[in-house]
Amino acid sequence: MRRKKDRAWYAFFVFPLLFIFTTVVIVPFIIGIGYAFISWDGMPLNEKVFVGMKNFIRLFSDKRFISSAWHTVLFTVISVAVINILGLTFALVVTSNLKIRNAVRTMLFMPYLIGGLILGYIWKFIFTDLFKMIGETTGLDGFFFSWLLNPKFSLAAMIVVTTWQMAGYIMIIYINGIQGISEDIVEAAKVDGANFWQTLLRIKFPLIMPSFTICLFMTLSNCFKIFDVNVSLTGGGPNNSTEMMAMNIYNEIFSLNNFGYGQAKAIIFFIAVASITLIQVAITKKREVEM
Amino acid sequence: MKKIWKLLLSLLIIGFCLFYLFPIYIVVVNSFKDRQQLYSNMMAPPEVFTFEYYNTAIGKMNFLRAFGNSFIVTIVSIAFIVVLSSMTAWMLVRTNNKLSNIIFFIFVATMIIPFQTIMMPLMQIMGWIRDHLHIPMLNTLGGLIYMNVGFGASMAVFLYHGFIKSVPVSLEEAATIDGCNRFKVFWRIVFPMLKPTTVTVMILDVIWIWNDYLLPSLTLSDKAKRTIPLSTASFFGQFTIEWNLAMAGLTMTIIPVIIFYLAAQKYIVKGVAAGAVKL
Repeated sequence: MRRKKDRAWYAFFVFPLLFIFTTVVIVPFIIGIGYAFISWDGMPLNEKVFVGMKNFIRLFSDKRFISSAWHTVLFTVISVAVINILGLTFALVVTSNLKIRNAVRTMLFMPYLIGGLILGYIWKFIFTDLFKMIGETTGLDGFFFSWLLNPKFSLAAMIVVTTWQMAGYIMIIYINGIQGISEDIVEAAKVDGANFWQTLLRIKFPLIMPSFTICLFMTLSNCFKIFDVNVSLTGGGPNNSTEMMAMNIYNEIFSLNNFGYGQAKAIIFFIAVASITLIQVAITKKREVEM
Repeated sequence: MKKIWKLLLSLLIIGFCLFYLFPIYIVVVNSFKDRQQLYSNMMAPPEVFTFEYYNTAIGKMNFLRAFGNSFIVTIVSIAFIVVLSSMTAWMLVRTNNKLSNIIFFIFVATMIIPFQTIMMPLMQIMGWIRDHLHIPMLNTLGGLIYMNVGFGASMAVFLYHGFIKSVPVSLEEAATIDGCNRFKVFWRIVFPMLKPTTVTVMILDVIWIWNDYLLPSLTLSDKAKRTIPLSTASFFGQFTIEWNLAMAGLTMTIIPVIIFYLAAQKYIVKGVAAGAVKL
């Protein structure tokens, strides 16, 4: 009797969420694997044809997909580096004993709360009309021109906007890590004669390795999956030169109506995201020191 | 000497921060200008303040409607996520058996799946439910809320699970002896203690759901059901060249976010940090 009642309570507490979660995440994920092996244009009345591994083989000769993967890697590597360097620098300023530190934190974190789509639109104006105007009035038109018309500068624009959005967020995580370092250790180092750089490199950096793991994870996975900024800032252009993987998958499925082939890309995308982030966490976790 | 140096450094840093927020200045300033003024100097403050473009933008974006939709979707989704996830996480922690471990593992492991991997099959399933079970999952705010709850579940269960493990069982046992059933024990005793995690979950989910673009764009097709990111996107699709109008629209979408930020800054900064660190 007692066990039956316990089970009923268990189901009452767990089942509703588990049901929703299963229908929204688990079932689509499993069915999605199946879709990757068929050819279908998304029309309910049209036949779904089983094509085996063909979708996956086709990926390797898909120039547009391969170049989107290349942009994504390039974009991710540079963005992750810049965001973390900037975020860590901001965090060091905010944890200093300057009186302005709270105001600094407030201002630098603000862009993170504005969604990627909106940010992209804001910067679109800056990179096109404003840059052109600055170039025309100052004569520095080697740098100030419409960035979004040039493939390389468009990618740079993507990096700038993503950095602007994420650096403040990453700063918050580093601040948390730095504030977790006990004063005693820093004081002891100073007593032993360590200067600013020695305390920073030998004491603070090793002790914030856990924050480093988290920040790298967050920036890696966010940059690799970038979509909103891509849509609003460049739209993938000019000439697909800034089309990232997430957008390539979206276009393949919903614009070109290759549902099966697009889903095969989506599965590869999942495998890429999962392996990159897991490898990164495994590597940086090893370097964390216990206090 | 040291004081002067500190003052200079402070000024330099504040200057950098203002430069950092320069894009927001550009948007706000240009939202008040007419076309000619805007193109004569984009960085200067407006000569005359006119709210004309705000009026037009409010009409063209159907701003009030979109704001209402975003508000409903965000609030209701979060309410469901908080209630269902905290209940689930509590039961999973307090019933320590194989089944609980498996369920928890599934919630956590699936966090790594990118949305793009499941978006297409998800739409197929929701379409199937609509056609065969006659539940309107697509093109309704209710359907979007349902999916938000599904996508928010993992993170919320994970955060609650971590916190509940540190809450001692003794209070709950005492309440059970006093004759409270599980439902009462949870809502009267446990849930109030989970407040710090509840705040974290709410903050993280507000930022995510309020700004979410891709999922709503796939599910909502009616103009009247658009959320703020959707109405902004469709607005830009039509009026890219009319930048002063666009700036007014952007300013309006940013203002609620900034008000929310300045009002709840303490909780937001804490919540964002806690949400990331527990990982």
